[in-house]
Amino acid sequence: MLWLALHFPSLALDARTRGASEPGPLVIASSAEANAVVVACSPAAQRRGVQAGMALAAACALDSRLNILARDTAAEQAALERVAAWAGQYTPMASLAPPADVLLEVAGSLNLFGGLTRLCESIERGVAELGYSARVACAPTPLAAQWFARAGHAAKIRHHDALRHALERLPVVVLDLSSQVAVLLEDVGVRTVGDVLRLPRDGAARRFGQRLIDDLDRALDRLPDARRPYAPPRRFMAALALPAPVHEAEALIFAARRLIAELCGLLAAGGNGVQQLRLTLSHEDHEDTTHLVLNLVAASRDPEHLVNVLRERLGRLQLAGPTTTIALASDSLVPLPARSLSFLPAPEDHSETVSRLIERLRGRLGDAAVKGIGLAADHRPERAWRAGEPGRDTVPDEATRRAPRPLWLLAVPLRLAASADTPCYEGPLTLLAGPERIESGWWDGADVTRDYFVARTPAQSLLWIYRERRDVGAWYLHGFFA
Amino acid sequence: MAAQALEEVLNHPAIWRGSECARVAAPSIPTGFAELDAVLPGGGWPAGALTEIHCERPGAGELQLVMPAAARLTQSGRWLTLIAPPYIPYAPALVSHGVRLSRVMLVQTPAAEESVWACGQALRSHGCGAVLAWLERAPERSFRRLQLAVENNDAVALLFRPGRAASASPAALRLHVSKSQSRTLVRVLKRRGSDVPAPITLDLHGRLAGRSGPARVAMPLLPEEGWLQSSRGGGSRIEESV
Repeated sequence: MLWLALHFPSLALDARTRGASEPGPLVIASSAEANAVVVACSPAAQRRGVQAGMALAAACALDSRLNILARDTAAEQAALERVAAWAGQYTPMASLAPPADVLLEVAGSLNLFGGLTRLCESIERGVAELGYSARVACAPTPLAAQWFARAGHAAKIRHHDALRHALERLPVVVLDLSSQVAVLLEDVGVRTVGDVLRLPRDGAARRFGQRLIDDLDRALDRLPDARRPYAPPRRFMAALALPAPVHEAEALIFAARRLIAELCGLLAAGGNGVQQLRLTLSHEDHEDTTHLVLNLVAASRDPEHLVNVLRERLGRLQLAGPTTTIALASDSLVPLPARSLSFLPAPEDHSETVSRLIERLRGRLGDAAVKGIGLAADHRPERAWRAGEPGRDTVPDEATRRAPRPLWLLAVPLRLAASADTPCYEGPLTLLAGPERIESGWWDGADVTRDYFVARTPAQSLLWIYRERRDVGAWYLHGFFA
Repeated sequence: MAAQALEEVLNHPAIWRGSECARVAAPSIPTGFAELDAVLPGGGWPAGALTEIHCERPGAGELQLVMPAAARLTQSGRWLTLIAPPYIPYAPALVSHGVRLSRVMLVQTPAAEESVWACGQALRSHGCGAVLAWLERAPERSFRRLQLAVENNDAVALLFRPGRAASASPAALRLHVSKSQSRTLVRVLKRRGSDVPAPITLDLHGRLAGRSGPARVAMPLLPEEGWLQSSRGGGSRIEESV
């Protein structure tokens, strides 16, 4: 077993500020009451002299413009759960260790991710993308890994032999003791874990409580330490409260990027992708929320792609007001077929890049702007084709292949002037081929009775024109042989 | 004797003559018309570079010129993207030219600016084999952006423009298409690597005009006076506006 512990030293702050690139002078208070103390504060608040642990009133006295938010322990718990869900891409065994730790069992993942060092780097990078600052440590037991991470000691201990030696040097504060026991230990001059281990077991258990001894035994693998695996949700739903109301689309993208990173981790864990995403924006001083539904041509879990699609949509959106909360949800996660790596170069598959292109174009121009074309079994020229989804195959109908058809068709036939039964378009036309009689559609009210000709203008352009048979002398231009 | 000596010197591989069409190893897609390929550097539509096709009025065969290449690309699975076409690209006609409809994408745009953007997106996407764009109202300076978009790609970028060409353009190839006595007249206004060649004519509409015989016949026309001068002008000036 090899446990990787993620410790979030500033979880209370990160959970509230990760939606913004620069949260400003922000203070997290322990409660909304008057005697509250500062739990955490942003770097900008620190520069104004605010420190964790000081009374909120004292902090307000330093600077009256501090942005004060009450601590939200439920949000912190939810943040841990979502980190665990995201980490499912690295290991099937993730476990929550409140208040501020997540444990991953990674012994089976080392080969896939290129060794422990690379795995740790990848996880650290990913956690930073989610917007958290984390300390990472590895040890053969979960509790030891947590202690190393809390001490800020980036240990990568893989064997039991080295474990005791490394543990001995940790300060006792990592042990998560009650304040009473901490004072007692301090009084007898016990500073490090090594000092505790050197105390007589019976006496130490009597004086400092059995729990301390049990914890040490668990950390040294003398007692079993079972952890409950975290079961990732079957659908994705995450909300992110922004530290300050946001006006610009680019700031929204920043926050959405955090949620999309979470989503993509969860998707990678299950080998899934999403085809539909719902984005909900709540506004300040506004009852209404803005709903945005993104439909993708093909399921995807590429964060860059999802961000790009979202960016195009948000760029066109008129917001009702400054946004305070951004929520991302996907009800159905669809399995994404895995691709096998090939030793030999495979024939290029363009379907993925093209479906992305279609999504980008639709994101900005609207769904109806991008179309495919197909054939339809109808003799009426305007109905012999139809618009549809790009990429749909239609079977060519051999019967219609004989007669000449122009490459350009006019959406609405253009009435041509005629002099002495000669139609004119930029001058009198010369009829080259025809007539081709098309008479069809009497059953649906849009019937046509036309004689089609290929005609040439004085400037030598070739046109496709027809004569309306029910209205003698009426000529229309219907296409160009471009 | 002197002529023979000169010939020997000219045959030297280090000597390059401006009148020769440079056989640069530019990636290209054959147009499907041997006569046209012969005057295009690289022997076809340049890939990874802009091509402008100027045409005053529809119906000169400007789209038919592209059809053999479009058919070949779509049959091989690449996409044909049409951006802001002025009329409906008629599916039955595309099929009769051999184009695979399931690889055709139409993009309608509300404004010239969006057309240029969509064109850039399509040119950057590696799935598109050919991008045909009608950018009548787009400013010439936006073409520089498109040129950058297509440079790292192997797509054929064909920009259809109204007849009169502006003096400068980043396009690697500029053609002018018109009709001359029922044949399609293709003039090369600019090409990379060498001087402009004499105009060529193609019989694209032979079947429609009710004549039999081979569909595509090349017949070099005598260059018009202005063309002759420009090709004699030689050297650096390889662009000529119509």
